[in-house]
Amino acid sequence: MLLRKLLGPQNRNLWFWVFVGPFAIGLALFTYVPLAWSLYLSFFDAHNTVTPEDFVGLANYRTMLTDSAFQDSLLTFVVFTAVIVPATFALSLALALMVNRLRWMQAFFRSVFFLPVACSYVVAALVWKLSIFNGVRFGLANTVLGWFGSDQIAWLSTTDPPWYWLVIVTVRLWLQAGFYMILFLAGLQRIPKTLYEAAAVDGAREGWQVFRHITFPQLRATSVAVVLLLVINSFQAFDEFYNLLSSAKGYPPYARPPLVHLYILALGKEQNLGLGSAGAVILALIIGVATVAQARFFGLGRRED
Amino acid sequence: MTISRRTLLGTTSGLALTGALAACGSNTGRGGGGGGGGPELEHWYHQYGEQGVEQAVKKYADAYDKADVSIQWRPGDYMQQLSAALLTKDGPDVFETEGPELDQIRGKRVADLTDLIKDVKDDYNPAVLATKTYEGKVYGIPQVVDMQLLYYRKSLLDDAGVEPPRTLDALVDAAKKLTTKKTKGLFLGNDGGAAVLGATPLQAAGLSFVSDDGTVGFDDPAAAKALGKLRALYADKSLLLGAPSDWSDPAAFTQGLTAMQWSGLWALPAVKKALGDDFGVLPFPKDGAAGKPTVPVGAFAAAVNAKGKHVAAGKAYLKWLWVEKEDYQEDFALSYGFHIPARISLAKKAKKLQEGAAAEAVKLATENGFSNPLIWTTAANNAYNDALSRIIKDGKDPDAELRKVVRKAQSELARVQGKPS
Repeated sequence: MLLRKLLGPQNRNLWFWVFVGPFAIGLALFTYVPLAWSLYLSFFDAHNTVTPEDFVGLANYRTMLTDSAFQDSLLTFVVFTAVIVPATFALSLALALMVNRLRWMQAFFRSVFFLPVACSYVVAALVWKLSIFNGVRFGLANTVLGWFGSDQIAWLSTTDPPWYWLVIVTVRLWLQAGFYMILFLAGLQRIPKTLYEAAAVDGAREGWQVFRHITFPQLRATSVAVVLLLVINSFQAFDEFYNLLSSAKGYPPYARPPLVHLYILALGKEQNLGLGSAGAVILALIIGVATVAQARFFGLGRRED
Repeated sequence: MTISRRTLLGTTSGLALTGALAACGSNTGRGGGGGGGGPELEHWYHQYGEQGVEQAVKKYADAYDKADVSIQWRPGDYMQQLSAALLTKDGPDVFETEGPELDQIRGKRVADLTDLIKDVKDDYNPAVLATKTYEGKVYGIPQVVDMQLLYYRKSLLDDAGVEPPRTLDALVDAAKKLTTKKTKGLFLGNDGGAAVLGATPLQAAGLSFVSDDGTVGFDDPAAAKALGKLRALYADKSLLLGAPSDWSDPAAFTQGLTAMQWSGLWALPAVKKALGDDFGVLPFPKDGAAGKPTVPVGAFAAAVNAKGKHVAAGKAYLKWLWVEKEDYQEDFALSYGFHIPARISLAKKAKKLQEGAAAEAVKLATENGFSNPLIWTTAANNAYNDALSRIIKDGKDPDAELRKVVRKAQSELARVQGKPS
């Protein structure tokens, strides 16, 4: 009787757990347990151990917030986001507008621009580092400079001017622009033809005027999605930074986004898991606040009427 | 128009999770015949670049009959994999390590091996054994000694009328003179030397990371002066930067991208093959009146996981391999790559190490070798490397940068020596 009740009508409860259970267990095991554990570790002096005994209260947070390297990493992230988000946005929108106007070979160009998305960040970073932007005279970028009689530039090792940004930004731009182009293309195709016809009747000129008053406003949902995704992605910046700049003996003190900094601190040789966890918690809070602020700004989740 | 969550999700539904779970390596190297009875031991090595080392260590393991030893050959960032594995229950029973790290010793994750080597203790290179020793106890048996040194191309130096540099000032001058449109003067790694040099310029100025009494050993104006000269190398544009392969690979040197290169002893066979007799080796040149020429030495050591299931069996196996089987030790050091055996008696016997640049290198390792002390922590080292990078590349004031490092190093030294900071 009790069993019947537990199983629910038509065994619904049983089937609920059969379908949801494995996923819930996985989520708990690989996401919530580590999350809680990390919070726990952040209050301990945990060098090289995940079962620490030395409770230090908020000392890790104090160290982290006053650590100039951590502050620098946040600044690096802000600079990176401020450059990569508008650049990717503009480039992918431009690509989408151009591809959308093609009358023939549209599928071909769509695929060509999307193709880099399939490339791994690690592979692309190595190509950028070793062949395009290497520092010796036969690197691609330096060969081009050589035609104009310029000296070779050590792209990734020069901090004044900070040439390394050029390498970091271009690799990500190449990798992700195609993906956002597809999102914009989908958005463009959802715009009703009648709007353009009405605009033509009203005498709007083709080109900028139509784009400014019809296309761009109609793309608002897509644009917001793209910006949110771009910001989240740049928060997660790690792969290309690490593969472009780290060497067997370490990572230079510049161009260190927060994840790279925490990686060096907690997971590298240093294994300071307490401090690293505190940094991760601070970072999670920052991401949370930023996301909420962004959602408010774009009016996300407000009722549609 | 405002946007509902649904519209947003609709527009982005094309997003699929691309998190391809990298399949974990499953080749444990277990089985495959050989190996007698006894417990199953798992032995980790980092991936050696030289041909034949993997087969050799498997051969040694198969020859041991008191345990069934399986070899794990691990590519990638070995030290990091190792630190992570030692935190779990499934870590290796025995392993090689650049450490053991201080935290691992203090956390009682590696076993005390003092008894295993007590009969032959004096036969080990003392600079190297010291870095495996903490409070009088030995936690790792040194396998082979490696060192870094300066390679120079004789013909290029002759053409430019430059003597092999014996002081840091001479090195700065030489690098400048040797720099042409096609060739740079000196290669200290793609980051300008910040990461690989470490304490080397301090040692060359007669200082060190940690002094004998356990305090910071470079709180001295001479340190800033020596590091300032590294900045001069960078500012003169004498340094090769952004080469396709880093300092540990002699390719930049043998391809003529640079006239001098800081690299390891392991590169010597490749350099010799490419350049014949057209090269020489030097220590890092001395700086200032109190300075002395210097070369960093280091060693991989074999250690036992104290939290593993077979501590006693692991110790017995290591004693057999790294203390008793001298023929295997010699084979390991010299048949594949180019390393100095950690046992002095073996190093003296080795024919390969008795002539030319190799003999010079062995002499440097014995007379001018230094190794970073165990209590010099990674956190202190990272702070130092960052400061060095800022001095070299950004031209920051060495005095001010070093003062920050000294403060960090003081608190780290206090932490690991158990004094209140």
